[in-house]
Parts: sequence; C-alpha cells; structure tokens
Amino acid sequence: MAAVNPPALRIDQLIVQRGSAQVVNGVSFSVPHGGSLGIVGESGCGKSTILRAVAGIDTQWTGRIEIAGRPIGVQRSLADRRAMQMVFQDPLAALNPSHTIDEILREPLIVHRMPDQDARIVQALQTVALPLAVRFRFPGQLSGGQRQRVCIARALLVEPQVLLLDEPTSALDVSVQAEVLNLLSRLRRERQQAFVLVSHDLHVVAHMCDQIAFMVGGQFTDVLSRDRLRGATLHHPEAQRLLDAALTH
Amino acid sequence: MNPSSTLRQWLASDTPATRTQAKLGAIYRLARRFLTHPIGVLGLAMVASIVLAAGLAPWLPLADPIAQSLDQRLLPPSAAHWLGTDTLGRDILARVVHGARPTLAIVALVLVISVPVGLLVGAAAGLWGGWIDAVLMRVADVFLAFPRLILAIAVAAALSAGLWTAVIAIAATGWPPYARVARAEIAALRRSEFVQAARAIGVSPLRLLFRHALPLSLPSAFVRAALDAPGIVLIVAGLGFLGVGLPPPQPEWGAMVAEGRAIVFEAWWVSTLPGIMILWLSLGFNFVGDAMRDVVDPGVK
Amino acid sequence: MNHIPRDSAPPLLDIDNLRISFQTAHGRTEAVRGISLRMGRERVAVVGESGSGKSITFRSLFGLLPATASVRADRMQLQGQDLLSLDRRDLRAIRGRRIGMVVQDPKQGLDPLMTIGRQLIEMLRLHRKVPAAGAYQRAVELLAEVHIRDPKRVMGLYPHEVSGGMAQRAMLAMILSAEPELLIADEATSALDAVVRHRILDLIEEQVRLRGMGLVLISHDLDLVARYADRILVMYAGRVMEELRGGELSAAQHPYTRGLLACRPSLDHPGQDLPVLQREASWLQ
Repeated sequence: MAAVNPPALRIDQLIVQRGSAQVVNGVSFSVPHGGSLGIVGESGCGKSTILRAVAGIDTQWTGRIEIAGRPIGVQRSLADRRAMQMVFQDPLAALNPSHTIDEILREPLIVHRMPDQDARIVQALQTVALPLAVRFRFPGQLSGGQRQRVCIARALLVEPQVLLLDEPTSALDVSVQAEVLNLLSRLRRERQQAFVLVSHDLHVVAHMCDQIAFMVGGQFTDVLSRDRLRGATLHHPEAQRLLDAALTH
Repeated sequence: MNPSSTLRQWLASDTPATRTQAKLGAIYRLARRFLTHPIGVLGLAMVASIVLAAGLAPWLPLADPIAQSLDQRLLPPSAAHWLGTDTLGRDILARVVHGARPTLAIVALVLVISVPVGLLVGAAAGLWGGWIDAVLMRVADVFLAFPRLILAIAVAAALSAGLWTAVIAIAATGWPPYARVARAEIAALRRSEFVQAARAIGVSPLRLLFRHALPLSLPSAFVRAALDAPGIVLIVAGLGFLGVGLPPPQPEWGAMVAEGRAIVFEAWWVSTLPGIMILWLSLGFNFVGDAMRDVVDPGVK
Repeated sequence: MNHIPRDSAPPLLDIDNLRISFQTAHGRTEAVRGISLRMGRERVAVVGESGSGKSITFRSLFGLLPATASVRADRMQLQGQDLLSLDRRDLRAIRGRRIGMVVQDPKQGLDPLMTIGRQLIEMLRLHRKVPAAGAYQRAVELLAEVHIRDPKRVMGLYPHEVSGGMAQRAMLAMILSAEPELLIADEATSALDAVVRHRILDLIEEQVRLRGMGLVLISHDLDLVARYADRILVMYAGRVMEELRGGELSAAQHPYTRGLLACRPSLDHPGQDLPVLQREASWLQ
C-alpha cells in the first residue's frame, strides 16, 4: 500500500445532508493523478453535491476525503483550499461583475500569497488561450466561452491537485463547448491534471473521462470505463435509460 | 488632437490597459447613461445651482444676511431687494442663499455618517448571519422605531440646538434603512456562485466583506442616498420651523418660513420664497435619485 | 423553400424579409437581416446559437422588443391579418389569444403570488370569457390534459411549490387555455432535465397535433428538435443558412450546419479533439 503513490483524490463513504434530506448516500471512489472521473445523472441525483462537499462549499457531510493521501476535514486551511478548485456551471454567475478580469485572477494569488502575480496572470491568460486585451475588462464585456475560460484560469492559478468541474459547458453554445472541452483535454494532457467532471450530458462526460459513474438517488449505481459503454447493461433502470437515450443519438 | 475627445476615447475604450482605466471607463459609461435622462439632468442642474450658490455665497454680491434695517421691513420683491425683505428688514435673497449652506452641510454630513454605518452593519449582518445578524438587525429596529422628526426635536432639546445636534439626531435614525437593504442584498449574494467560488478559493470573510459585498451594494446605496436627501432637507427645515434648528441670526430656510407664518397673506414673500427653495432642492434630489436608479438598475421597462 | 401550396387560404404565419435592428451606444446593430418564413399548421424548428436572432425574430410578432428596436418587413401576417400595422393594444389581444409563447423559465410566465389554479381561471375568463361557474372545472380539465396527475391538488399550489417540469406543464396549460392557433416554444426545455425535456416536448407535440396548431420550436439543440420538427431552419447572424427536413439532419449541406453537427462530442470518438467551428466571413453575406 505504501509503495503506491496515493491517488489525487480519494472519497470513502461520503454522506452529504442538505437540511434534513440526505442527498448523497455513501459514495466512494478514487481518481489517480492524471485520471478523470465523470459522474452522470439527472438533476437532483446529488452529483453536484459531491463536488460541493469536496470543494468545501457544503459542510454537512461525513465520510473521508483525502487529497494526495492527506485527509481533509470540514474546516479548511488555506493549504487545503489550494489542493482542489472548482469550475461552476454558469460562468456569468461565478464571476464578480464589478471586478476586472485582472482582479479576479489576482485574488487567489493574493489570498495564497503567491509571488510574481503579474507574470502568473499573463501566463494564465495564455494557458487558456485568452487574448491579453481582456485583462482589464469586466465579465459582462466577455462572451460566455471567454468567461468560462477565465473561471478555468482562476481555478488553475493555485495549481490544485484536483479540478472539480460542475456542468462546465452546459451554459455554452455547442461550438463554444467544443473549444472549452478541447482546452480541458489539452490541460489534462499537459499537466497530468486529475479531474472530476459532473454533467447530465453523457456525451460530454464520455468524451472527457476515462471512468464514468452513473448516479441515481444519491448513490453510484454503476462505474465503468468509457470503452465499455456501448452495449453495457447497467444495474439501475434509470441509469440504463440515460445510457440508451444517449446512444440513440 | 482635441484633448477632450482623446480623453473620451480613452474612457470608452474596450481594451483598457490598467485597472484605473477600466474603473473610470465604467463610471464614464454610467455617467453617459445618466445624461440620457432629461429629468435626471434637470434635477442635477437644480441641485447643482443651489450647491454652487451656497458654496460661492461669501463672494457673491449679496447684501449682508444678518444686517437688520428696521425702516426697510417687509418690502416686497423689487429691483433693490430681489426677493424682498423680512420682518427685521433683512434681505431675503441673501438669507436664502446663505441659508442653503447649513442645509446642504447637514445633508452631506448625515449621509456621510449614516450610509457607511448602515452599509457596514447591514453587510456584516448579511454575510455572517446567525446571531450577529439577529443582534444587529434588532439594534436597527430600535433606531428605526423612532419617528425621525420627534427624535430630532428631542435630541435638539436635550443637547441644545445646533448643527451637530441636528446631524447626530437625523443620522441616528437614518442609517437603519441602509442596513436593512444592504443585509437583504448581501444575504442574497451569499448564495451566489461567485461568493461560493471566492470561499472555495479561500478568501477570508473580511476580504469577502470589503472586496466583494460592500462594493456591490454601493450603487444602490448611492441611489437611496439621493432619494434620502429630500427627506433630510425637510427634517432640517422642520426643525428650523419649530425653532429647534440652528440658533438665530443664522439664516435657515425652515426658520425663515416660520418667521413669515403670521403675515403670510400680507407679505407672502417672507414664507413662500424660502418654501420654494426647500421644494426646489428636494425635487432636484428626487429627480437625480430617480434617474440614478434607472441607470444603476434598469430592471424591467 | 415554401412547402405550402399556393391556394386561396392564407398561410398561418407569413413573414417576408424581416429586418430588426437595435440602437446601441456603438451605433445600429442588425440582429435579424432578412428572414422569410411561410408556415401552415406544421412544426417548424428554428435552430441557432446565441446571437443568431432566433428568439428576437418571434418576439417581434408580439411587439415584445424594447423601444430601441426597429422592426421592418415586407410582410408579417398571421392568418392573413397584418401584424405590422397593429398598435400595442391590438398586439396584446393577439398575444395569448392567437399566438402563445412558452418560455424557458416557467416561473417568469407564472405569477408567484397567485396559485396556479387561480391564474388558470383568470386566463380562461380573460381570453375565452368562460363564466365563473365553469372556469374551475375547465381549469382542472386543462391540467389533466397536460398530464398533471392529481390536478385538483395542483390547482391550489403556488408556482414555487412545484418542480420545473410541472411548472412548465402548468404554463402550457395556461397558454393552451386561450386556444391559440400558433404556439412558439422558445428554449422551452433548456432548463429541464434530459428525460423531462423529452416528456415536455412529447406533450407539446401531442397538444399541437390534437388542436391543429402550428408550432415553432426555437432551440440551440439541433438533435433535440430534429425529432420533433417537419422543417428545420438553421440561423446564424440574423439569417437563415439552410433549411432541412425534419429527421434529415445528416443531409445538411451548409458548412455552418455541418460544422455544428461535427463539433458535438459523441460516444463514437471519445477523447479526440473536437473539430472547432471555423466561422467564415462569407456566411454573413
């Protein structure tokens, strides 16, 4: 056990409450460095809630979360926060409308006291293929695809071990989605970035992730690798319906 | 190259090179939208005319506002005295212009105190919630429960009438509305994704308050301040009218209205002209506030 | 491009050379540049990305555009009645009574302060002058027609108390209560789950068929509308790039349509970089 590198992210029996309801009912998985897990399911199945608990936004959870072998609790230190970052579904809502892009990208650098802030900001913009001209614009002046790139750049600035993506392209046009998905693929290849991608669109998930988990009612019903999807028989009828609906397109 | 057009280009540029240029450009765009509202521009002119006159009062060719001249009492408006004279022969035009100074000073001081205090209290309550929210809002409720004019009179009576007395009294009851709206806005913001993203990055609550929550609640606070100003003008006038405003012989619009109360039919100009000034200033602020609201938050047409 | 035989009856919707532009701080921008559409009681899908002008085109029928918009067309008629020359009051009468629009967020169309039942009854009495006595019963029937189980219970619920799918059904019931001739669904299912989406579209299609209405389905999702449309119009930058028959997406010729189809991720070629849509300036001519 000690000889093997700990996985980038390991979740064990995660249970998340929202108010009095139990939204996630005991989920376990692990993602190696450079690996990718996709979670697919209908809205309300709890997939986004898993990400939010890992990211520290939802705090009513029990179970075990480990990043690179280090356990993470409900209370997060700054170092804990650096270890994972999240990209949200609606890029317009995820950016403070009164901050320039420069301020938005500078904030994580200030909070984590990282040096060479200007250089890092410029490099972040280049990494996500954004023109430098947008640096001092406001989010409202950018297109949807550009905003999502800013969100991705912001997440990558602190060099997280795990990237959590919650429906990252659902709010985008299909042509813009293709560009953003290509960007994410490239980042994964170049940086060996581990990520967890949540979506209701099985096509997107299958495109991006090696491992795919189907989630129904707060639990994983099936986990399979993407080349086994065609013709697979799943345990839960709802998951099967999702798979069949996607395959008939 | 025309300097004003280069400045305009610099402000309107969609590729700003610095943060200052970006922020100034945003303000410039708001100002341009404001200028497309004729009523707002009118209001701005109305307020600006009074502010200018009040500011330049010592240097304007006016009569002495406190010089009495008992053989010139109650003269109607004429070439010598544009707005006539009052019961003690003082020139009303001079008194009206000089009377604007304490009014504007009190409005400015009250807003400078009540708006930041209200915003801070409201933002803290909205951001932290829980018992902090409960305690702060109950304190706000206590101050909100007092009728403004009555409290102002009570404070003036207790602390002897004067400019600072009026400021304290009005500000004390003026901050709760700002706190309540700020709290509501920020409680809603707390659930928004960019605040969650900020917390996921590790932004501290204090930084959240000062760099995210407060700047976003400023625009609507400005609007409400502009719409609050007329009320303050009226309270100041009310205090003066009731004799608990500034001590004589300092000219003050409300006191001037009170002086001419008994003779309003024989010498209408003594009460009416200061009254019109009160109306003018209040209306000006109202117009400005309305236009600002459309600019800041267009909402549904 | 018109599949309606030229006979004596006017088409349900006849738009010829529609042009819409907006006055903005940077001058005039053209949002719609010459759209023509003639349709009868059939299902037409209008597909395009954001900014293509697809929503604006149909909102102009109702007069729902801001004052800064200028709408010009050679012809804009609903069943022979000219829409361009109508004033606001007459347009309001058309809106709802003869053309209904289902929007993405049902909560926008539903009053949050009134129960669903009460709003439905109000609609019935307003548009079809149903007397009070029969309105309640008719409202319950309408809710049942949109496949809401236990309609009597839903009558007493507020919009925020029901799920997105059910709110959309209630919205549809309200729109259908006026018995319009043309139904426009503007991204009606974009905010819904994949499975619920199909159920709502099945419902819309069923109602449109039963009532003999025309249907315009506006969406950014090519695959989705392909199954529910007789004709598909692909819009880009305010123009129609291509018109396809329903179910024949793969026969697309125009590079824009082919580009859109090609850049979708699919289970068939996972992991490979998706072809990126190259926009040609020539498409703007």
